[in-house]
Amino acid sequence: MKAYQRKLDIKNGCVDLSHGSGGRAMAQLISGLFHEAFGNEWLARGNDQSAFEVGAGRMVMTTDGYVVSPLFFPGGNIGSLAVHGTVNDIAMAGAKPLYLSASFIIEEGFRFADLKMIAESMGQAARDAGVYIITGDTKVVERGKADGLFISTAGVGVVPDGLDLSAENARVGDRVLISGTLGDHGVAIMSRRQNLAFETEVISDSASLNDLVARMVEAGGRGIRLMRDPTRGGLAATLNEIAQQSDLGFRLQEEAIPVKPGVAAACELLGLDPLHVANEGKLVAIVAPEVANTVLAAMRAHPLGRDAADIGEAVADDHHFVQMATSFGGGRIVDWLSGEQLPRIC
Amino acid sequence: MKYADEFRDKEIALGLAKAIRAETHPEKPYRFMEFCGGHTHAISRYGLEDMLPKNVRMIHGPGCPVCVLPAGRIDMAIRLAERPDIILCVYGDLMRVPGSQGASLLKAKARGADIRMVYSTIDAVRIAEENPEREVVFFAIGFETTTPPTAVMIRLAEKKQLGNFSVFCNHVLTPPAMQNILESPDIRNIGRVEIDGFVGPAHVSTIIGTAPYEFFAEEFGKPVVISGFEPLDMMQAILMLVRQVNEHRHEVENQYRRAVTRDGNLRAKEEVSDIFELRDQFEWRGLGQVPYSGLKLKRAYAKYDAEIRFDMNELLVDDNPACECGAILRGVKKPVDCKLFGTVCTPETPMGSCMVSSEGACAAHWTYGRFRDYQQRRAS
Repeated sequence: MKAYQRKLDIKNGCVDLSHGSGGRAMAQLISGLFHEAFGNEWLARGNDQSAFEVGAGRMVMTTDGYVVSPLFFPGGNIGSLAVHGTVNDIAMAGAKPLYLSASFIIEEGFRFADLKMIAESMGQAARDAGVYIITGDTKVVERGKADGLFISTAGVGVVPDGLDLSAENARVGDRVLISGTLGDHGVAIMSRRQNLAFETEVISDSASLNDLVARMVEAGGRGIRLMRDPTRGGLAATLNEIAQQSDLGFRLQEEAIPVKPGVAAACELLGLDPLHVANEGKLVAIVAPEVANTVLAAMRAHPLGRDAADIGEAVADDHHFVQMATSFGGGRIVDWLSGEQLPRIC
Repeated sequence: MKYADEFRDKEIALGLAKAIRAETHPEKPYRFMEFCGGHTHAISRYGLEDMLPKNVRMIHGPGCPVCVLPAGRIDMAIRLAERPDIILCVYGDLMRVPGSQGASLLKAKARGADIRMVYSTIDAVRIAEENPEREVVFFAIGFETTTPPTAVMIRLAEKKQLGNFSVFCNHVLTPPAMQNILESPDIRNIGRVEIDGFVGPAHVSTIIGTAPYEFFAEEFGKPVVISGFEPLDMMQAILMLVRQVNEHRHEVENQYRRAVTRDGNLRAKEEVSDIFELRDQFEWRGLGQVPYSGLKLKRAYAKYDAEIRFDMNELLVDDNPACECGAILRGVKKPVDCKLFGTVCTPETPMGSCMVSSEGACAAHWTYGRFRDYQQRRAS
């Protein structure tokens, strides 16, 4: 006879230590909440791991932890972010993302209703990106030992034949393309921080970029040297990293860099530079000059690249400076962010 | 962005740059000190140096409150924060200011001191309300601009009858420091630099007005132009200074008329004088002890004065002897003249205070302008 088990009280219930104990309560949480939200044939088999076919070509693998605060923010939540971030890290290799893992560290007392909403967002984000969450893990820690919920995701993908995007590939004369406005995610998060709350219409740009990347690869092929998603540290950190890895410098035009008025205003108020603020749905592509216009056109034809822009070029520079002609008429360096601008942005 | 873009217009900037070039005499040096860190930051952030003729030199003054805070005051705060009953509330840019022997509030926090970053004085009052069993101390710092908010907070604490709230007061005054730069005898053999005029403070002047600089301009025969923090404000102020120098005038002129009046903010001044009084002297990093340049709480508000409440001892700490912050704050040396600049001293690991805040002369030059050093070296 099957033992009676009370259904999860999603509306009023919350996670307690038994949900991480390995017993029936945990099994119920996993099948009732996570499998429901992620729904796929691999999870349905209920193994501790999932097997999948390895196709031809090179695989890429990546992993990322998500500790964003607050968990819900304009334009998304920690669940959708945990899918977008990992999908994007795979996509930046020009790869097609295939499978993800998801591991949850939950603080006791966390509401089922919030967990369900987060899991459903993850499921939706995965379906939108065409990837499957095929394995996972759940741990519960005592109250005060985690701030609500931490998620860690890993992912694998496959790189199309002949493509080798890497940070040391930039060459002098290459163009710098970005896929849209900068700083949206960071400002959206800041606007909801308890001691900083301000009103803005800015919503996070959190999104999976793999489809945009596929269109760019079609258009630019091997002319695309490398791609990066400018998350923490913003565009400034990304370009400084590339400058060092490729042993060159960059020269940017401030006027060409798109920033939403709401983001510019918030940065002005808080004394931040939009070039240092995090993005979760934008990419930087360094491309050979001869394909720059083709790739840019392909980006602009995609909904996630409508505001794409050519913002500058790679130049020879032993000091690896990222320099910028300011829209005021002078010149300056775009340096790394020093110190911590805002902890727990993703 | 309205009210900002208008003051960053490239065409107008080019027009002003042209006027400055036309009106300066090529053989004559024009050495202007911008007092405020906000001006220093704007010069570097917008690349103003590229738009000025070579003989117009901007000297970065000591007007960055984080930069001039002596290491001893940081040590005092760390010692206080290490007490288990204390929550210390600070503005974020104070966290990395070096105390003695590499200590900082950031490191003290990592070791377990309860130090909280706040964005407003109101946050500190809220933390005091939420933690009635703990002592909450606000690390008050800044020039005349940030003193009124501290005064308002003390009023608020009084109204709410908060018994667990106090202020570690480090507020300083602008005019005595400007005077000190011009009149004091050489300190630590640093020497003095010739200054032909001052770009006067923006936000500070919204509070104190333009009148306090009149004596200064008259006594020292130096022109002062109060300027806003936007790049066009700066360009216009520089042009106004050039004209005064050319015409041998030394007046207080107000470029920042949209925000500054002659008398300033009377209400704010009243609040400040109700609660604070002058210290006989206060130590500034780089300037040493400057008479009547700092504020403390009046005796009637002693219970809100952390220095009295917790019997804090004044600590005097020598700066790193190789650090040139003192000379840089006085305009005698440039950041690149310091051996530590860009080697062991960077914004990540600041040795001196000028490298800490983005308004500090060294940090601004490092972050935005250091490519010019290589350009100049190559050119020579």
